[in-house]
Amino acid sequence: MEHHTSSYEPKTRRARWWDERLPVARLMHGQFIDFPTPRNLNYLWTFGAILTFVLAAQIATGVVLAMHYQPSGAGAFDSIEHIRRDVNYGWMIRSFHAVGGSMFFLAVYIHLFRALYYGSYKAPREVLWIIGVLIFAVMMATAFIGYALPWGQMSFWAVTVITNLFSALNEVIPGLGTVVVEWLWGGYAVSGTTLNRFYSLHYLLPFVIVGLVILHIWALHVVGQNNPTGLEIKTRSDWVPMYPQAVAKDSVGLFAFLILFAWFVFYLPDYLGHADNYIEANPLVTPPHIVPEWYFLPFYAILRAIPSKLGGVVAMFGSIAILVFVPWLDTSRVRSAKYRPVYRWFFWLLVITCLALGYLGAKPPEGAYVYWARVFTAYYFVHFLVVMPVVGILETPKALPKSITDAVLGGAGAPKTAAAAPERR
Amino acid sequence: MAREAEEPDRRDFLVLAGNAFVAVGGAVTLWPFIAQMNPDAGAQAMASIELDLAPVKEGQAITVLWRGKPVFIRNRTKEEIATAQAVALDDLPDDKARNDGLPESDPALDSNRVSQGRENWLVLIGICTHLGCIPKGQALGDARGDYGGWFCPCHGSHYDTSGRIRKGPAPRNLEVPPYEFVSDTKIKIG
Repeated sequence: MEHHTSSYEPKTRRARWWDERLPVARLMHGQFIDFPTPRNLNYLWTFGAILTFVLAAQIATGVVLAMHYQPSGAGAFDSIEHIRRDVNYGWMIRSFHAVGGSMFFLAVYIHLFRALYYGSYKAPREVLWIIGVLIFAVMMATAFIGYALPWGQMSFWAVTVITNLFSALNEVIPGLGTVVVEWLWGGYAVSGTTLNRFYSLHYLLPFVIVGLVILHIWALHVVGQNNPTGLEIKTRSDWVPMYPQAVAKDSVGLFAFLILFAWFVFYLPDYLGHADNYIEANPLVTPPHIVPEWYFLPFYAILRAIPSKLGGVVAMFGSIAILVFVPWLDTSRVRSAKYRPVYRWFFWLLVITCLALGYLGAKPPEGAYVYWARVFTAYYFVHFLVVMPVVGILETPKALPKSITDAVLGGAGAPKTAAAAPERR
Repeated sequence: MAREAEEPDRRDFLVLAGNAFVAVGGAVTLWPFIAQMNPDAGAQAMASIELDLAPVKEGQAITVLWRGKPVFIRNRTKEEIATAQAVALDDLPDDKARNDGLPESDPALDSNRVSQGRENWLVLIGICTHLGCIPKGQALGDARGDYGGWFCPCHGSHYDTSGRIRKGPAPRNLEVPPYEFVSDTKIKIG
């Protein structure tokens, strides 16, 4: 809340000295201790903290891996095995990093669908949401170029297929796509030169994400958190201070998440990867079946569903870009799908669509798989472009509770039929 | 304000000139940082390669590496040539020859994809024009797709015995690299 002031009181002379010169402690106290959090947040709201943790963990493990990794076409593949076998605790740190990528996406997808379900993108949180979409996009770029670094067959061919997406520009201006692709490659095909620049960017982009996350949290702390009712904080009884309540809940969520994370790291470190990536990159042999990592499968399915190169590329990038416009595509007066009896069904249909596209993205592009990929791709876009605007207008939302407090305490004293106060859009 | 009388005044000029200086200077400074990513002198020194095709019997194919890209050379059978020649231009999704040795507008007739008098030799850059996978069809046991040429396993593009796209997401025919026969059996690519 922008009007919220920090209750920070410097207790020592040294703290006072700092507070008069650089009030960092005051800022942190105000934003992360006193900060008002809705009293009704559920565990889906712990994923912001979980994501912050995973980002920090990825950077920490990544910096360590960079101390042992050799970013060259000749040395990369062997240096990964060197890390796994020879470097002290390298097997563990490398697994943390590789599995961490998957965990990052798992958490970000839960975070994203939570925002979609509870209408967290609606006014006044549009900028907060758009920064989130940007973080997602940079994350995808970082994960993709990171996957290139082990320089196995899947690394090499994933880079080939994805960088070739840009050659679709040839269909817009002849020759442009070739120029762009050769610029990305630094040659006439993917080579060690490409690997070196990817390594450089893979070290840079996480810090770009850190910058965007700071803006994301800043925007969040200006407008305040959404909550399951979608109502704003109105009175003192609607909120609790972030510390200890929200911090405690975040910790429980984080530790539950870490159990899953650790289970993969220690028991199934390669389960989420692909066996072909333990074959060194070979520019003369394409693996029989190229699949991206699981978290890209829905987008890969959309790419392949469209029977035109340019069309497939546009649809794939469009499926991410469309998220930017969600705050304006949703015409409902009510934020939370909890009070939207019709939209709620469509929301789950979108979830099923994304899971189905994920399944189809892992299948070969033939027969019934192509047919269903087209059906679900169509629904993906229909959901945002038709369902969101139309259902928002036609649907009669359920009565909203009078306040967050009412929603939690059952509205003692207030009749259930009390006029719902639709949120200002 | 008295200054308003003589708009645009010297200050406007200074601001415009200053901004233009910054824009041009910025672009000039930025360019080396963008251009450094283009193929370097080593990659550009496009070595041409020469090889002997005598060991490649009818129906066989070889793959060689040229500029980091695989080049398919197939010694086509009589039936394969006949099938390729019999295709009507209207049946081709891409009706351009895509032969680096010919003008861009030439139609995708089989005769425009091979050398005159050496119709059995089909020389292609073995990279799917969709997203750059290496199509199957070089080895004897490979799946060759619905049209007997090549089949790209990544996204299901089918190429015919002239390397032309017939079915699937690829937009263009397989490219024919610049090459010439330096003797009856020797070929120079590049």
